[in-house]
Amino acid sequence: MRAVAIGASAGGLDAIGRVLEALPADYPAAVLVVQHIAPHANDTLARRFQRHCRLPVQEAEDKHPLLPGIVFIAPADFHLMVEPELRLSLSREERVNYSRPSIDVLMETAAEAFCSALTGVILTGASIDGAAGLAAIKRLGGRAVVQSPETAEVDIMPRAAIAACTVDAVLGLDEIGAFLARLGYEEPC
Amino acid sequence: MTDDAAVLENQRLEIRLLLEAIYHKSGYDFRGYASAHIKRRLDHVRARNSIPSFCEMIHRLIYDAGFFDEILQALSINVTEMFRDPEFYRAVREFVVPHLKTYPFIKVWHAGCAAGQEVYSMGILLDEEGMRERAQIYATDINPQVLEEARRGIYPLEAVRQYTSNYQKSGGIASFADYYTAGYESVAIAADLKKNVLFSPHNLVTDGIFGEMNVIFCRNVLIYFGDELQDKVIKLFLDSLCNGGFLCLGSKESLRFSAHADAFEVVDAREKIYRKRAVRVPTVQGEP
Repeated sequence: MRAVAIGASAGGLDAIGRVLEALPADYPAAVLVVQHIAPHANDTLARRFQRHCRLPVQEAEDKHPLLPGIVFIAPADFHLMVEPELRLSLSREERVNYSRPSIDVLMETAAEAFCSALTGVILTGASIDGAAGLAAIKRLGGRAVVQSPETAEVDIMPRAAIAACTVDAVLGLDEIGAFLARLGYEEPC
Repeated sequence: MTDDAAVLENQRLEIRLLLEAIYHKSGYDFRGYASAHIKRRLDHVRARNSIPSFCEMIHRLIYDAGFFDEILQALSINVTEMFRDPEFYRAVREFVVPHLKTYPFIKVWHAGCAAGQEVYSMGILLDEEGMRERAQIYATDINPQVLEEARRGIYPLEAVRQYTSNYQKSGGIASFADYYTAGYESVAIAADLKKNVLFSPHNLVTDGIFGEMNVIFCRNVLIYFGDELQDKVIKLFLDSLCNGGFLCLGSKESLRFSAHADAFEVVDAREKIYRKRAVRVPTVQGEP
């Protein structure tokens, strides 16, 4: 199974929506999303993204088996991780880069579980979260995609990610959607 | 396999050996914990002590008595608030309390009570429902240090604003300030709320059942366990509950993936409140 891990912060609601919109209904990869959000926010994110997406979008529940074609959203105030046996797990350990959920935590654990079958995507945000995670994905043979800083609502997070590793593609939102849609049908490695 | 993938495999082996060492040295069994979580926490301890590898932590663990305590503290996550998830407490008032009121006496178990915020929140709720005098409350945790904090019931003043807002949203019927005494930098929970509460160490992985509970709270503890260990602990809860007793999990935890899911009915799917189905004791025909 392939997987895609997407991280966004400030400006992410629209950006993630645009990317998810491009994924076809029979998409064969698992999709994991961290959007930075206030700790007491309720579970409206999944419902919001569902409006843009042909795939089922769910708030991640602990120990849910990872399945292709489902979009899992990190719940507010929990880190989202991937266990080596390809189940989701949640944690309330301390914030990373001032964030819980943190993009680094998702990407570092997903990279170890999926190795080269993982693609990481960093979108708009005023944070450095995700840079170390994307570098971990590259180290373990996965692919790295970053939203082009010129097109990002806030360019700090994309710039930090580009500086942290050799990324495979720097693209606008619509191109990212198309890139991910294509990638899902490649032979898993 | 890339070089880094090989490193990853070796690291997994080192962590397995370290967890074995912890178990044999201390009796604490983390072998069934969620591995992504365990690795992150152990790596914090490793980096903080500038130890080059997980394997080298084994030596330190065996010969340095303080080092195990540092690992135990790192593996025990205690972030919580009073009335955390107000809608959950509202659901407890609405769906659980009416059943509890039909009993002359109830037993409540907070499994993994951390620094006690949930224990005192439920204490307040039971008080307001006129139930507290009829309740025996057990509050347990694996970590003796946080259990001591729970016993003291002293919380930072800056947390109280959030606690108060949570309390009001949870359907509290009094003024939250009635339940504590404020000092300069902290508040002390009213001594009255500690009556009927028994704090004691208990390890969900290695210790046995608590008998005939009417309600068990175990919120945001199972997330740190792997799926097999979760199943084992859910069985422990099942055996500790009376027929019709309630199990309350954290809002992002679920019995859906458990082998014991059928032994419970769902009371509130959103707030993760479950109820043990009645077990009929089979009667053997013809035996005296």
